[in-house]
Amino acid sequence: MADLPKAAELIKIDHKPKAKGWMETPVNIRPGMYCYAANPKSLDYMGFPNVREWNPLDQDWKLPNNWKEILFEGIRERLGRFRSFKIFMDICVRCGACADKCHFFIGTGDPKNMPVLRAELLRSVYRNDFTMAGKILGKIAGARPMTLDVLKEWWYYFFQCTECRRCSVFCPYGIDTAEITIMGRELLNLLGLNIDWIATPVANCFRMGNHLGIQPHAFKDMLDFFEDDIEELTGLRMGVQYNKKGADILFITPSGDVFADPGTYTCMGYMMLFYYLKQEYGLDVTWSTYASEGGNFGFFTSHETMKRLNAKMYAEAKRLGVKWILGGECGHMWRVITQYMDTMNGPADFLEVPKNPITGTVFENARSTKMVHISEFTADLIRHKKLRLDPSRNDNLKVTFHDSCNPSRGMGLLDEPRYVIQNVCNNFCDMPPNTIRENTFCCGSGSGLNAGENMEQRMAGGLPRANAVKYVQEKHGVNMLATICAVDRAALPDLMKYWVPGVAVTGLHELVANALILPGEKERETDLRQEPLPGMEDGTDE
Amino acid sequence: MNVHYLFSLIAVVALCLIAFVGVEWLGLQALFGVVLPYAAVLTFVVAFWYRVWSWARSPVPFRIPTTCGQQKSLPWINAAKIDNPTTTGAVIVRMLLEIFCFRSLFRNTHMSFHETGTGVRITYRWEIWLWVFAMAFHYSFLVVLLRHMRFFFEPVPMVIQLLENLDSFFRIEWMSSVVGIGLPGVFVSGLVLLAAVTFLFLRRLLSPKIRYISLAADYFPLFLIMAIALTGIMMRYFLKTDIVGVKSLVWGLVTLQPALPETVGSLFYVHLFLVTVLLVYFPFSKLMHMGGVFLSPTRNLTTDTRARRHVNPWNYPVKVHTYEEYEDDFREKMIDAGLPVEKEQE
Amino acid sequence: MKITTLLQQQRTAILKKWFDSVADAYPLETSRFLKTQQDPFANPVGNAMTSGLEGLLEEFAKGAEREKLIRLLDPIIRIRAVQDFSPSQAVGFIFNLKKIIRDFINNIANAQVAQDDLARLEAEIDAAGLLAFDIYMGCRERLYDIKANQERTKVFKAFKRAGLVTEPSEDDPGLTVSNIS
Repeated sequence: MADLPKAAELIKIDHKPKAKGWMETPVNIRPGMYCYAANPKSLDYMGFPNVREWNPLDQDWKLPNNWKEILFEGIRERLGRFRSFKIFMDICVRCGACADKCHFFIGTGDPKNMPVLRAELLRSVYRNDFTMAGKILGKIAGARPMTLDVLKEWWYYFFQCTECRRCSVFCPYGIDTAEITIMGRELLNLLGLNIDWIATPVANCFRMGNHLGIQPHAFKDMLDFFEDDIEELTGLRMGVQYNKKGADILFITPSGDVFADPGTYTCMGYMMLFYYLKQEYGLDVTWSTYASEGGNFGFFTSHETMKRLNAKMYAEAKRLGVKWILGGECGHMWRVITQYMDTMNGPADFLEVPKNPITGTVFENARSTKMVHISEFTADLIRHKKLRLDPSRNDNLKVTFHDSCNPSRGMGLLDEPRYVIQNVCNNFCDMPPNTIRENTFCCGSGSGLNAGENMEQRMAGGLPRANAVKYVQEKHGVNMLATICAVDRAALPDLMKYWVPGVAVTGLHELVANALILPGEKERETDLRQEPLPGMEDGTDE
Repeated sequence: MNVHYLFSLIAVVALCLIAFVGVEWLGLQALFGVVLPYAAVLTFVVAFWYRVWSWARSPVPFRIPTTCGQQKSLPWINAAKIDNPTTTGAVIVRMLLEIFCFRSLFRNTHMSFHETGTGVRITYRWEIWLWVFAMAFHYSFLVVLLRHMRFFFEPVPMVIQLLENLDSFFRIEWMSSVVGIGLPGVFVSGLVLLAAVTFLFLRRLLSPKIRYISLAADYFPLFLIMAIALTGIMMRYFLKTDIVGVKSLVWGLVTLQPALPETVGSLFYVHLFLVTVLLVYFPFSKLMHMGGVFLSPTRNLTTDTRARRHVNPWNYPVKVHTYEEYEDDFREKMIDAGLPVEKEQE
Repeated sequence: MKITTLLQQQRTAILKKWFDSVADAYPLETSRFLKTQQDPFANPVGNAMTSGLEGLLEEFAKGAEREKLIRLLDPIIRIRAVQDFSPSQAVGFIFNLKKIIRDFINNIANAQVAQDDLARLEAEIDAAGLLAFDIYMGCRERLYDIKANQERTKVFKAFKRAGLVTEPSEDDPGLTVSNIS
């Protein structure tokens, strides 16, 4: 009995870690917390440097001999190109306001996940190589030389940031860790250190137009299949149009909606909305197999790769001669469209200023980019009472809304989706205020981290979000989590399965389509998921 | 022992000693009173502008403001005009709020409801103190700085006299007649500055999270400013440095006719030397956030990125996968699937 | 003195010691955050620990019920199952309570506790430890289940329904369904 403490020592419970500085704490790459290395074929296809097989757990990362020189040059070049990078390297006062705002810090408890420290990983090397104080005073000025261990630390922690920008909201100087992670990943890519879950979708998207590498005929087959499902439900065929020249609008959505549940139901939602608009108002919408990806994993690789992938949107709009582009529900896609696309691949002077021909609304906020978010579009339709809706079809749902990081903090799309939900559902409630809108917590799987092998990382990172969902589940009986991001639709079901069983995940337009009364449809007995509608439970059970 | 903080403390103590020894024993009044101040001001001005210029020289390729509220989209949706600013005017308001009210830092302070077994409890988050003391620190520093302008002008401008009166509204003369000590009017700003800088130091020292991220470069300016405030307070309230002498010295510097009045004690030279060090240190350190905050691309740009095109000065062409290449790859399959193509089979 | 009386009287003090022992297994800078941040949404880990441990102690005081123990342990273990802990560390915090209670008994002069009373409590703590291990295993299995079935439940299902599951061809740049999802 008396030797209980000794027994505790035996299994090393409760040992307080020695208080060491972070520079002295070497990185420990833990399985479950990292994604597999990029497939060399994917790097090769894109013409990226240092193509080879490698394993993050190996001692040897097979780097080129002059890798330090490459990084030094890489940093120098980026300091000259990006004011953001240069300023964020210089002005942080380490006040710590950001420290506990990161979902990865909250969920993992790893102090190197504090945004300030994530940035210091890079800043310490910057100081050593580029500032006078760092060169003279060294460690005392917070500088340290680049070593293989530092590089591994970069890799581990820059792929443990989802570029969600939550910390940036609280920083008194607006220092944006996403920007630093973006630079960090660009630098890592100079040495061929990408992860496969980013690199392969990039290569796929480049060649075949979408992340999964669905070839054009298969893309059509997939939507044809949704047509069958919808026909079963409504008795109508949607008549999706592909690559149609002279259509009014080109529609681009993340391919996740086409290939992964529950995004597929959102995809059916778009199809039904467009059918409705065609029948009622003659609006002509086309899909494209060439620009069949709204998402852009190039954004998680480098600015250049982002531009290479994004170019398809305008190119396709120009080729097809549409008036303007409508974009589906996606997170980082909209950050790219809002803050990068026009600058990189514009001006889109061959398109018209977006005008909703049905309501007459001119989307002044998209005057130059010529691309409208489908929640803006649908909200406008609902506001002008152009849609016949039966929200009671969603009465079996108690819905809450997860603001996706990029539309929230890189765009400000907050009220449009809420307005739509409240018009197509009767039961809606928000999560606590410090977990939504610009304060929203990331799903933990954004910026290319939605893989399988890093499940512990994803679950820990998603804990703050799940925790808020659990709260509304317990308090208000919420059973459906709506979202406007394809990564969310792929990641949140797993997150819910682990933390909050009983809450399902949906896209906005799945809810819209459930409520939308199509002209000439037969009486619906089920929703898009083929589950009985409220009041129809008996009919289908028998 | 925390090496970062120890190093900084030793450095500041050493600086004080250097000035004291230099003046008291070596008689280097001219060095500490004339040469170094001139050199420091010159360094400060040149290096400060160089840093700002080098930032400004770096282009802003993309407009990446952090949107902290509803965008301006459909006319019937209320937009957050300041947190998601679409006009230059709104950006200016946003920046003013950032610079004068530390708005982003203030976001930390919201109230929240905490449910306990017995009911709902409201909790205020600790960070409000960071905001309060950061505000106190910067504003008292500013007032102290402006008050010192009385040494640089002859006659002393009304504004500064007004400020002094406001700052010392908390006079304790009535008390001094009882106690019999003739204290000059107490300047609140100096005491607040000292209290705030002490808080900021203790926060770094006592919060493990903040201590973990703190570098010597974080402690050093705190100790330096603490020492400047302490020497200033000692001169004013305890050692009663000869103000007239100080004024004539500073006035000499300002009019480029340096004079070294005998009546000014060593403590003043220590004070002056620490300020000199601060001036030189400033542009090479994180204190440059003073200049940088104005240039932060996540705050000082409009968010109407979809309505107005932003131009990237170094935008270069990249290799893309064109539609033609794509169709060449998949033409047969596309035709089989009934998808329209540009070129029929050759 | 009955052990339940001790637990009730010293509830706050014991709870604090126990909580600290759990929080201190995290790096110093994290443990302080866990202890001080009160907002349950800003600090879900600390919050789960506080309410879980509080409930567990109450249960031990009045004689634990299996279902309640599971309900209280689950949120804590669920978090530790994805954090940087070995299985023994993830569940071991429960046994810290034994030492803490013994220390309290030794330090309070008049706290003479019947040995069988103490033995009952310690057996309950042990049982809770074993339950915790069950929960831990359940969490890990759920995690592997999610990992393993990710492709199947999402991409694969959708593709299979559409009859689109085919072998990737040679010239594709290594693109298979399995390395995307």
